[in-house]
Amino acid sequence: MSAIFPKSTDLYVRIGGAVAVLAILGGVGSFAYLSHPKVLETGYSPVQPVPYSHKLHAGNLGMDCRYCHSTVERAAFAAIPPAETCMNCHHKVKEKNPILQPVRDSFEKGVAMKWVKVHRLPDYVYFNHQAHVGAGVSCVSCHGRVDQMIEVKQVAPLSMAWCLECHRNPAANLRPAHLVTRLDWKPEGDPAEIGRRIIEEKHIKPPTNCSGCHR
Amino acid sequence: MADLAIKPPLAELNPPLVEGNHSYSTVTHTVSGIVERKTPKQWFIAISISGAITLMMLGMIGYLFLNGVGVWGNNSPVGWAWDITNFVFWIGIGHAGTLISAILFLFRQKWRTSINRAAEAMTLFAVACALLFPLIHVGRPWRAYWMFPIPNTDLNMWQNFRSPLLWDVFAVSTYGTVSALFWYVGLLPDLATLRDRARTRIRQLVYGVLSLGWRGSARAWRHYEMAYLILAGLSTPLVLSVHTIVSFDFAVSIIPGWHTTIFPPYFVAGAIFSGFAMVVTLMVIFRYAFQLEDLVTIKHLENMNIVMLATGSIVGYAYATELFIAWYSGNMYEKFAFLNRTTGPYWWAYWTMVSCNVISPQFFWFKKLRRNIPFMFVISIFVNIGMWFERFVIIVTSLHRDFLPSSWGYFRPTFVDVCTFIGTLGFFTTLFLLFVRFLPMIAISEVKGVMPAPGASERGQH
Repeated sequence: MSAIFPKSTDLYVRIGGAVAVLAILGGVGSFAYLSHPKVLETGYSPVQPVPYSHKLHAGNLGMDCRYCHSTVERAAFAAIPPAETCMNCHHKVKEKNPILQPVRDSFEKGVAMKWVKVHRLPDYVYFNHQAHVGAGVSCVSCHGRVDQMIEVKQVAPLSMAWCLECHRNPAANLRPAHLVTRLDWKPEGDPAEIGRRIIEEKHIKPPTNCSGCHR
Repeated sequence: MADLAIKPPLAELNPPLVEGNHSYSTVTHTVSGIVERKTPKQWFIAISISGAITLMMLGMIGYLFLNGVGVWGNNSPVGWAWDITNFVFWIGIGHAGTLISAILFLFRQKWRTSINRAAEAMTLFAVACALLFPLIHVGRPWRAYWMFPIPNTDLNMWQNFRSPLLWDVFAVSTYGTVSALFWYVGLLPDLATLRDRARTRIRQLVYGVLSLGWRGSARAWRHYEMAYLILAGLSTPLVLSVHTIVSFDFAVSIIPGWHTTIFPPYFVAGAIFSGFAMVVTLMVIFRYAFQLEDLVTIKHLENMNIVMLATGSIVGYAYATELFIAWYSGNMYEKFAFLNRTTGPYWWAYWTMVSCNVISPQFFWFKKLRRNIPFMFVISIFVNIGMWFERFVIIVTSLHRDFLPSSWGYFRPTFVDVCTFIGTLGFFTTLFLLFVRFLPMIAISEVKGVMPAPGASERGQH
């Protein structure tokens, strides 16, 4: 009986096997890289209805974050300001600027501006601004130097690993609570030491169990 | 020394495992013929039905993925219901295949040879059905790979290694892998037989690739037999360990009705019981459909019925022990759990389970009944039903009354629950039909090993 397969089959089988293994490794590797929150999530910077510059307001003019995001110390959600807050100044400043027309419309008609949310957490995660700000975690720890951003861009991956990094070792991200909105604040002395002192004073024990955040 | 004259003749004690007037070549013809003949019409009818049911299952799973687990009846406090019931049901069925192929092999039980191939195939397909449920019962099935301890940097998390659910992942995946390897290694010589008998180029190529260059040299046979022995050795502890760990999913928790030390042996016995019932169901059908009565003899079926009798009695004993301990422990929660199980809102499920699992196998004490094919078929179906109910009873009745009366509830399956389960029956049947059509359903080379050598008198063999 003649052979069904020529002798060279062995070689082809081996080459095919090697190619398959490499293809699988490559596929898994690229999926792992491309779907990683650091790649997929950071750098998100949507176009807003009005090109509001955080750099101008919070940086150059030195406005405090809490002037607009007023509920951050009291609520889970850091409020997005209504047009009224803008108009406190803008009924006198640049009151004719066409760029601000949507803000004036919103103010006059009482219809909320459609700002695009940048930092989005999944709905199965419970996050509370009050708890974090009250403990002395600065805005900058999660949102970056917003005072230097013209358009807000997501800098942190907001992945679970990233949350846990701080929950497991919070000292480096703690400061006296009244300084949380000072994005350029540099601690005098060892930041870890300051953090340890605050942890002791306030009995800070960030949860690392599942139901801490997935309630 | 007893009188030799009253000893029954040897042939009666050890009836031949292959009946009829078979030679080596007729065995090859009989078994390969199933694969080589023109596809029977009945096969097409059967696979159209089972294929349609499989498609329904896929549809149900798609609907589940689009809408979430809420399409099932699961709701607090019954967080596990038909999904895990079906998982345990299917994984239990697999155990008979492994027991037949591994443990009976190590114990030199020669009657295993003509049923082990089909039983192992059944194991694989049952494991496939079982694996489906842990995958689809998680809220985000596309993240199901999180069940495996893969190093990761987006979560910075490992699984909880103290959780039996993780042990279950290891147990079942090991079980699936070893069973597949064992089955495939056993298939090699027979695939080569099909390759050598192939008439068309396509069959030559397909069976040629599948048989991995098997040529049947003495050297190859020596390695093959060693590999087979090693795999049998690896599979043997799995018969006990897999369902032990499945039972830990319940026993390690603190729910009354689950938190019992009897669970591992009780689950293993139940698994073998249900598995043998399924083998009998399948074998009765397929030995009739393909006229394999000479190879799968009444003796084979009788032996399996005896295993069902033994394991069914162990299961019955376990039910009695559970009730006894519930009373004897003096623990009010335990007592309530079992009183509720037997007389509570799910009493009908409990008593269905008892009648199917405890009473029905007891008929096999009678030789006449355990050699009666229609009768054993009916009993095997009863046992299949009863063993499904056993898992349902354990899971749902223990959960629906938890420690807080305010959260008590009653589980009702939805349309999707029912159709998904029926779908897995179709999926299982489809896989099995494909198996009997394209692969030798009886281990040709092994059956020849238990036949008298050409020329030897039948009487002298044992």
